[in-house]
Amino acid sequence: MLKRFIGCIGEYKRPTILTPLFIVGEAIIESAMPFIIANLINDIKAGCDLKDIVINGGILFLMACISLLFGGLAGFTAAKASSGFAKNLRRALFHKTQEFSFENIDKFSSASLVTRMTTDVMNVQMSFMMIIRTAIRSPLMFIFSVIMAYIMGGYLASIFVVVIPILITGLLLIAKYAMPAFRAVFKKYDKLNESIEENVMAMRTVKGFVREEYEKEKFGNAAENIRRDFTRAERIVAFNSPIMQLCLYTVMILVLLFGSQAIITYKGQHIDVGQLSALITYGVQILMSLMMLSMIYVMLTMSVESMRRINEILSEESTLKNPENPIYEIKDGSIDFEDVSFKYSLKAERYALSDIDLHINSGETVGIIGGTGSSKSTLVQLLSRLYDVTEGSVKIGGRDVREYDLTALRDSVAVVLQKNVLFSGTIKENLRWGNADATDAELEEACRLAQAHDFITAFPEGYDSMIEQGGTNVSGGQKQRLCIARALLKKPKILILDDSTSAVDTKTDALIRRGFEEFIPQTTKIIIAQRISSVENADKIIVMDNGKIVSVGTHDELLSSSDIYREVYQQQTKGGRADE
Amino acid sequence: MNKNNNNFKKRGNPKVLGRVIKLVFSYYPVLFPLACLCILFSAAVSSIPSIFQQKVIAIIEERFMSGDWTAASEEIIPLIIILASLYIISLIAIVTQTQLMAYITQGFLCKLRRTLFNKMQDLPIKYFDTHRHGDIMSFYTNDIDTLRQLVSQSVPQLITSAVIVTVLFSIMIYFCGWLTLLVLLGVVAMIFVSKRIGGGSAKYFVRQQKSMGKVEGFIQEMMSGQKVIKVFCHEDETKEAFDKINDQLYNDSYKAHAFSNCLGPIIMNIGNLLYVLVALIGGVLLVANVPNFSLSGMPIGISLIVPFLNMTKQFTGNVNSLSQQINSIVMAMAGAERVFSLMDEEKEVDDGYVTLVNCEVSEDGTITETDKRTHNWAWKHPHGDGTTTYTLLKGDVRLFDVDFTYDGKKQVLTDVSVYAEPGQKVAFVGATGAGKTTITNLINRFYDIADGKVRYDGINVSKIKKADLRRSLGIVLQDTNLFTGTVLENIRYGRLDATDEECIDAARLAGADDFITRLPNGYATELTNNGSNLSQGQRQLIAIARAAVADPPVMILDEATSSIDTRTEAIVSRGMDKLMEGRTVFVIAHRLSTVMNSDVIMVLDHGKIIERGNHEKLIAERGVYYQLYTGAFELE
Repeated sequence: MLKRFIGCIGEYKRPTILTPLFIVGEAIIESAMPFIIANLINDIKAGCDLKDIVINGGILFLMACISLLFGGLAGFTAAKASSGFAKNLRRALFHKTQEFSFENIDKFSSASLVTRMTTDVMNVQMSFMMIIRTAIRSPLMFIFSVIMAYIMGGYLASIFVVVIPILITGLLLIAKYAMPAFRAVFKKYDKLNESIEENVMAMRTVKGFVREEYEKEKFGNAAENIRRDFTRAERIVAFNSPIMQLCLYTVMILVLLFGSQAIITYKGQHIDVGQLSALITYGVQILMSLMMLSMIYVMLTMSVESMRRINEILSEESTLKNPENPIYEIKDGSIDFEDVSFKYSLKAERYALSDIDLHINSGETVGIIGGTGSSKSTLVQLLSRLYDVTEGSVKIGGRDVREYDLTALRDSVAVVLQKNVLFSGTIKENLRWGNADATDAELEEACRLAQAHDFITAFPEGYDSMIEQGGTNVSGGQKQRLCIARALLKKPKILILDDSTSAVDTKTDALIRRGFEEFIPQTTKIIIAQRISSVENADKIIVMDNGKIVSVGTHDELLSSSDIYREVYQQQTKGGRADE
Repeated sequence: MNKNNNNFKKRGNPKVLGRVIKLVFSYYPVLFPLACLCILFSAAVSSIPSIFQQKVIAIIEERFMSGDWTAASEEIIPLIIILASLYIISLIAIVTQTQLMAYITQGFLCKLRRTLFNKMQDLPIKYFDTHRHGDIMSFYTNDIDTLRQLVSQSVPQLITSAVIVTVLFSIMIYFCGWLTLLVLLGVVAMIFVSKRIGGGSAKYFVRQQKSMGKVEGFIQEMMSGQKVIKVFCHEDETKEAFDKINDQLYNDSYKAHAFSNCLGPIIMNIGNLLYVLVALIGGVLLVANVPNFSLSGMPIGISLIVPFLNMTKQFTGNVNSLSQQINSIVMAMAGAERVFSLMDEEKEVDDGYVTLVNCEVSEDGTITETDKRTHNWAWKHPHGDGTTTYTLLKGDVRLFDVDFTYDGKKQVLTDVSVYAEPGQKVAFVGATGAGKTTITNLINRFYDIADGKVRYDGINVSKIKKADLRRSLGIVLQDTNLFTGTVLENIRYGRLDATDEECIDAARLAGADDFITRLPNGYATELTNNGSNLSQGQRQLIAIARAAVADPPVMILDEATSSIDTRTEAIVSRGMDKLMEGRTVFVIAHRLSTVMNSDVIMVLDHGKIIERGNHEKLIAERGVYYQLYTGAFELE
């Protein structure tokens, strides 16, 4: 997992390495400063020689400038490295999602993908910056300060040896108890936010059933619950500062006590006043660096959860792989299902499809009819390998679909999905998804075929009209026709319309179908529909129920042979069609 | 999508900060001041040691040539004991303060969340229709979190630093005026730098948030259209587009952090320079024997300069920690401003006084109120003269010449009159935006009419208490919303005191029992994520069962069966017919087969009723309905 993250540093290796180097420079100078300062103080105290004071002052001044330079540079490189790291991480995540198969997509909700790519990456970015800035600095400062303390204070520095273990034990104990508490509470916290979202989305239902008070109480309990857990975790962490202060105070008092004793007893021979104050400074630095270390530890453990969530995506193996020696040429649009069974996940008990045997000739028009949950969509999704069969095989043009190159396959098998999506952008841009190089004439041709040309040209900006996210500014029927045009632009060998004309009026629906027959006769057309009228003229109608094909035949054959088909037909024409 | 965009439009103003603190005070009128006191105290105590340190060093200065520790210790040890006791007190203060602050911060956030949530429940539907869900969500996910940092860290830091700076400043003046002046100059420089760099950093943080919003919006759109991307092999183009906005985010994030990273070292080193200057000038003053200018009147000596230097360090250290809080304070103020904007929203007004009560009807028709759960309901109508009348709840809904507009500009309904008698099924047909749903919004008063009258059992609906009005109406919406919990709990949402049997009966009536029993755990199956493991049609069936268990006299079915295939619908409709028996039902449907058997069908076009009548009558009229029915006309 770590390797994958380190890989994301990529082109930002230089700032990533430079940052700790600059920091080391800054830390060395910073820890040397009290040493010079001690000299300065002694100068002031002893000689009253202005020249010495100026020299030491000058050195200090220079050191401050260098430290500023290093600190500033480190600030820049750290910002660059961490932002760059985050950028690469986000890119890796996003690109990974693009490799996902439908099965992978089903596994993660889009909201959770968004959080992973934003909030979680942000968390990791912050800890990354913290690591390169502080994780090297703190141990360094610690070591330098200890060394300097010994140089300055001699045996007095042993005071720190007594205090440091107390601090470390304290900080470790806190981390040990606080971390699991935090992890637990963060999970609950996510749940709370989910329930708020649920409530906001369902506001009409809440108000419709007058459940405001019930919701308030439900939320209140959950919020209280979180408050209790959070407070408990925070209160453990809150001991960080008092423990730190306790050690600091102990150091102060011991240094003052033993220091003054040493100075007076040895008449300032071993240690003098300047050194005494330097010793105190080093004491503070030692403790501060330990404190920082413990903070890093806390931050890291908090971001581990984010890292885990990110890694979950990065390590997700796409369940669909391109074959090793793929075939790029698809002969024709003939389709064979041979003993096909399918379930959405290997663990699922129920098969979504079972015992499917079916042959469709190239250029045929096939209708599929069946109730909600009869797996009509599932059947056609196997064709362009949106999912792979569990058992048996699906063949197009006589070859198993798993032998084809995925892109070649999907370019030849165009699916207009039931859940249509248009993207924000112009109509033209949306259509060009089907074929990026399509000329305006080709766009128009496809739109005429999909019966979309007329309403597009009725828009003030025609083909350059903007589509809003999700296609909310066109009607359902218009959206469906645009999606059909988009699929037609691929000039596919097989065209699948998965309930794609449900919002289109029957007349236009018929026009679209007639257009198909006239202009793309070689293309195999599969039409899933609720309306009998959409499929009744098909060469073959498949009736599905509960994941199985129950009958196949023409409209007239099915009317006499299939109970389900007849029932649906009668239901839809109840009362007699007015135009008949 | 761009849920963060509004966050940072304005730099928070100080009033907001004041309001946050006031709010904390109002939640914790005793504990918060106590915590503040502890902060004050420990801050004060931590700046005092310099005085004792100075005293100890003065004694050492005086005595070290003598080498007589015993004599010196008599003076030093009491000082150290005082120091130690001060420290102990300070430690107690720190423990109390940190524990209190942890408690207060979480309590504050919890109360704020609850206040916000409760407020949200009381807002009119209009608010939710006019605000993006992502925006509302970010109150809870982003804005409240920024306040956590503010209350738990920035506020204590502000108090501590203010106290320490003041105390140190006074001690400094007490010691030496000249050097204090110098320190002041340094502080001015620090403030100047903080303002410049802090301002730049805040500016880029705002941009970072904006780019983040863009990235978020893009990911959201692409993730929800992921399957289409796959089908069109559009992965590479999508990646390219993402890389572009991702680079922008990198740029802004880089700049924002570069500024804020540099602030620390710069302030710290200004502090170091100041330290050197104080030492130098102090040395010069000492050497040149310049008379001191101070409150204490003590001469400039080593015992003065050494502690003064320490104080300088502490002083600048505090200014540094303050400057580190700038970003979080700016962000918290922006967050708080948004939170307050929600809290200041107008509540849904409800000045209705007619309430719904259980009643018993005696044989002669008199109605008496009762606490028992009878199946009879009545409107309790108190009048101005002190009398109260009861009207039996029948479900007679009438709209007279109703006009309505959502935004005050575009007329959505014009002169709409609808008469629905008890037990009738009234259907609305028309294109999206013709005003079908709007009519039902007016009946249950999600919105209020602009002109005209809406009467429920003869009572003006604006006189009826909203909660009671809605309790008498069951709605099933096109977009089904289920809640996290079991299937049974979701059905029971319709009536909280319904027994398991009643819930299951309702499910049978709605035709949902069949598929529910086939779920892995039947009625105890846990639904998550708005029931995403169910098909849209199955979710609609549960929603219908939910409305059925509520057993309201009037039902509104807004595209309630749109995702159920016609064959299943035919099966469900038997149950639905039973469900609708004796109830007034408003049906909105796209599919004409759903509305054909209605008593009245209203065809709406651009907010006007253009045709009305039953199926046979409308077909005979050969108007729009006829065209729709024959498929010659597209519904949208």
